[in-house]
Amino acid sequence: MSLLDVRDLSVVFQRRGERPFTAVDKVSFTVEPGQTVGLVGESGCGKSVTSLAIMGLLPKRGNKVGGEVLFDGTDLLKLRPNDMRDRRGREISMIFQDPLSSLNPVIPIGVQVAEVLERHQGRDRKQALREARDLLDAVGIPDPQRRLSEYPHQISGGMRQRALIAIALACKPRLLIADEPTTALDVTIQAQILTLLKQLVDDTGTALVMITHDLGVVAGLCDTVNVLYGGKVVERARRHELFAHARHPYTHGLLNSVPRLDSPRGERLHAIRGSVSDNIPWTEGCAFAPRCDNVVDACLEGPPPLEPTATGGDLRCNNPVSEEVTVR
Amino acid sequence: MTEQTGPLVELRDVKVHFPIKSGLLFDRTIGYVYAVDGVSLSIRKGETYGLVGESGCGKSTLGRGLLRLVEPTEGEIVFDGTDVRSLKGEAMRHARRRMQMIFQDPLSSLDPRQSVESLLVEGLKAHGLAGDKAETNRRLRETLEAVGLPASALSKYPHEFSGGQRQRIGIARALVLNPDLIVADEPVSALDVSIQAQVLNLLEDLQNERGLTYLIIAHDLAVVRHIADTVGVMYLGGLVEEASSDDLYREPMHPYTRALMSAVPVPDPVVEDRRERILLAGDLPSPTNPPSGCRFHTRCPWAQPTRCAEERPALRDVVGGHRVACHFAEDIAAGRIRPHEVEVELVRPAEGTGPLDPPGELIPTP
Amino acid sequence: MSDPITQAGAPTPRSGNDKPGSGDDKPRPGMSERSIGVLGDRKKARLDELARASASDRGGVSLVRDAVRRLRRNPVAIVGASIVGLFILVAIFAPLIAPHDPVQRFDELTKNLTVDSIPGATAGHPFGSDPLGRDFLSRMIYGARQTLFVGVLATLIGLSLGVLIGAIAGAFGGWVDVVLMRLTDVMLALPSLLLAITLVAMASRSSQWTVIFAVAIVSVPIFARLLRGSMLAQRESDHVLAARALGVKERNIVLRHMLPNSLTAVIVQATLTFAVAILDAAALSFLGLGDPDINRAEWGLMLGVDGQRYFEVRPELAYYPALAIIVVALGFTLLGEAMREAIDPKNRR
Repeated sequence: MSLLDVRDLSVVFQRRGERPFTAVDKVSFTVEPGQTVGLVGESGCGKSVTSLAIMGLLPKRGNKVGGEVLFDGTDLLKLRPNDMRDRRGREISMIFQDPLSSLNPVIPIGVQVAEVLERHQGRDRKQALREARDLLDAVGIPDPQRRLSEYPHQISGGMRQRALIAIALACKPRLLIADEPTTALDVTIQAQILTLLKQLVDDTGTALVMITHDLGVVAGLCDTVNVLYGGKVVERARRHELFAHARHPYTHGLLNSVPRLDSPRGERLHAIRGSVSDNIPWTEGCAFAPRCDNVVDACLEGPPPLEPTATGGDLRCNNPVSEEVTVR
Repeated sequence: MTEQTGPLVELRDVKVHFPIKSGLLFDRTIGYVYAVDGVSLSIRKGETYGLVGESGCGKSTLGRGLLRLVEPTEGEIVFDGTDVRSLKGEAMRHARRRMQMIFQDPLSSLDPRQSVESLLVEGLKAHGLAGDKAETNRRLRETLEAVGLPASALSKYPHEFSGGQRQRIGIARALVLNPDLIVADEPVSALDVSIQAQVLNLLEDLQNERGLTYLIIAHDLAVVRHIADTVGVMYLGGLVEEASSDDLYREPMHPYTRALMSAVPVPDPVVEDRRERILLAGDLPSPTNPPSGCRFHTRCPWAQPTRCAEERPALRDVVGGHRVACHFAEDIAAGRIRPHEVEVELVRPAEGTGPLDPPGELIPTP
Repeated sequence: MSDPITQAGAPTPRSGNDKPGSGDDKPRPGMSERSIGVLGDRKKARLDELARASASDRGGVSLVRDAVRRLRRNPVAIVGASIVGLFILVAIFAPLIAPHDPVQRFDELTKNLTVDSIPGATAGHPFGSDPLGRDFLSRMIYGARQTLFVGVLATLIGLSLGVLIGAIAGAFGGWVDVVLMRLTDVMLALPSLLLAITLVAMASRSSQWTVIFAVAIVSVPIFARLLRGSMLAQRESDHVLAARALGVKERNIVLRHMLPNSLTAVIVQATLTFAVAILDAAALSFLGLGDPDINRAEWGLMLGVDGQRYFEVRPELAYYPALAIIVVALGFTLLGEAMREAIDPKNRR
């Protein structure tokens, strides 16, 4: 059984006096224990909403969540808020993009880590602080004893993200969801954090869901990658397969459009035309059709189904890029 | 890319120091932020100069200092033979027509209350170029077309466009004045991945059509490498390395550049799995109190005793126009100095790499 | 054009090309090996249609119009505007609505009038009499006129002076800013009502104008501070920097960018100040520092003088003006809050 089995997850936002907006549209994916799964897409593709829905952190009003989120066989969406709160931080943890706003500015770092241990593991303050120090040490924060009593604004952005990771990992969760954990950080710090995450996954066997817009981050980290567009998974493949032979025109276009450090200079980038706001509704056809180079008549006759490919992935496309074509 | 002639812009030992003030009634200066601390570089006509560095390295301040949007503390800025710093009042204002700027956040840099037409006309008016109505209108349409926006955009407002389109408006605003130099501060970093390529292509096309000179400031090394002819790497207010884009990529010589380059993720698992990462210890020191000697010596895996901490290295020509600010650039390049193990973690993928395997490359050749 | 770019409102393949999306005339390397889709004419038209529907094609909606549209959908704004509108109508058409002249004393009322009893509702006088035998309902209706007049004028004077001071401080900065702001700090340090009382007391002869002026002065530092802070924020903003980079004259930057973008916050504050001004004016009257003209029908005066003095005899004399003041102040506050919400860029979509 998969550790996390998301089945047909839908999130519809309905604001007063406005048309309902489907942010996540029947998204399904699974995460096995110890696996790293990527959710990749641009702004508005529904990747962050998916993670918030899994964590039960969407606002109570103004949205409708459908489908199932099976964690170890239990549907998290059906849990009572109290039970869910109990699992959050203990079995499933999350780290966010902005480490400064995710930490409480008026509480010392050490206490923030210790509180999780007190709440979920029933440690007393002294024992919790001792463990907090070891955790800070484990995530590579130098001089952890001193940091325990420091406040978030006293440490750098990279250190804050490390502290957040320490909090997330305090109870040895079985699943860690990281929502753009390095986007706010500099490249050299990003490299530190990614390396740390990779080590932690290897050492503790925690499963990781990595949410990012950065294909480079995914390439070095994820076992399986889900590419989202317009709230739906459009392509799913194992890492090497995806980057070598992206089949969906969107994935293919994305890979071809980013400037790469190792690509020869002066070559024109193959931009995808239009912008994310040019989508058409999935009910009319493929949301990507207006921007797609491969569009055929079938693309405007209802949503294409997500079908398994020969290489073990899944693909939602009527006229995919040929398997023989390599990226670049 | 286009004709390469003499320098259009020359910076000589430019410094921008921001005073830190404090005081109850009267402000006293209690220190300085050494945002830009002695940068010399020159940009040839028609060339793209890429300035790369991490947040807080002073690259944006340098760009703004060049345009005198912040006042440089010291140094010379020569634009097409004129010392820009000596220009006063109206003369400076008129000089601005030839040096324009593109901003990172296209939404916040466009006045939300103005229509696109009024945004574009403003610059023309400021320089007395909006006299003839029909001519102005033609010019606006032409500019919009050049950046790929329909003429119907004129009556719309910034919030009605998508991010990529807004950046096109920002580019049109700079372009309408027909400038020689465009300073672009992180022109694509606020945009979606699929949109970045459109804007980068547009910038290249405009350069080819109009012979523009660019100073592109970005944190993304891949973007800079793609678009720039010459790349300067900044660290803590100073230029640490400068070379042609290909040279810099082929052989980064400054330890900081090497670390930076090894940290940029490449969207290719094959490359990622084989790469050697030079992980820098710790964080950027504060520009208020920069380290003595070489600014980078506190984090440098190749730092040598005493000299690096005592003497600030000058930016010097090491091989064929490749300028590096490192005392030991040649020794590091030749492998005579090895990075010390204590301060640096060399991380390689755990599986399959035994201790006897040869060290990986910074970026393995595909 | 050489790259496939977004055409605002029509991001679709351009017609005239047999291949969708080949809007660029440069060959794209690597594209030839890819399977390029072909779209039938009918489907192409359908795609155009869908794209047009999805693109927000309202075109040329300025921020102000956008805010107004949002305001019209907000129930809070509607309630606030209805209350305010109702009172304004009453004020304007007071002579048509009021059954009697507000200063005329009626014999049928005065004959029953003593210190211990003031007549209540009688035929022709549904609200009864005031302590001088005048028609209370008519005085309430004319009171709307007087009260709104005091509130509007005091707010406008305060707004103008505050904007002037704030704009000068924000535009010039430096020592001008320091001096002006210390001045406003002094004014802010005093409790506003106390300051108003002092000002009224200082005037040799109390009149309607001293009240208006006192109430106005009290709101000056609030407006000045708000505008100055907002202008300083604008000075640091990217679009002001952009204007400077364009070579726009400093004066035009202040007048065309900094000031208009700062004013919205001040105008919202004005609607809120309006409520405060009415309450302050009422408070001054209540304390006996108001308009000495006994013929003037103003709610604050009515509450403060008659309502206070005859509260035990006829509490309605206090209740009705108090209720009117509270409701109109609430109306302005609701409207102000809704406006604040409407101009917040975060709510823009």
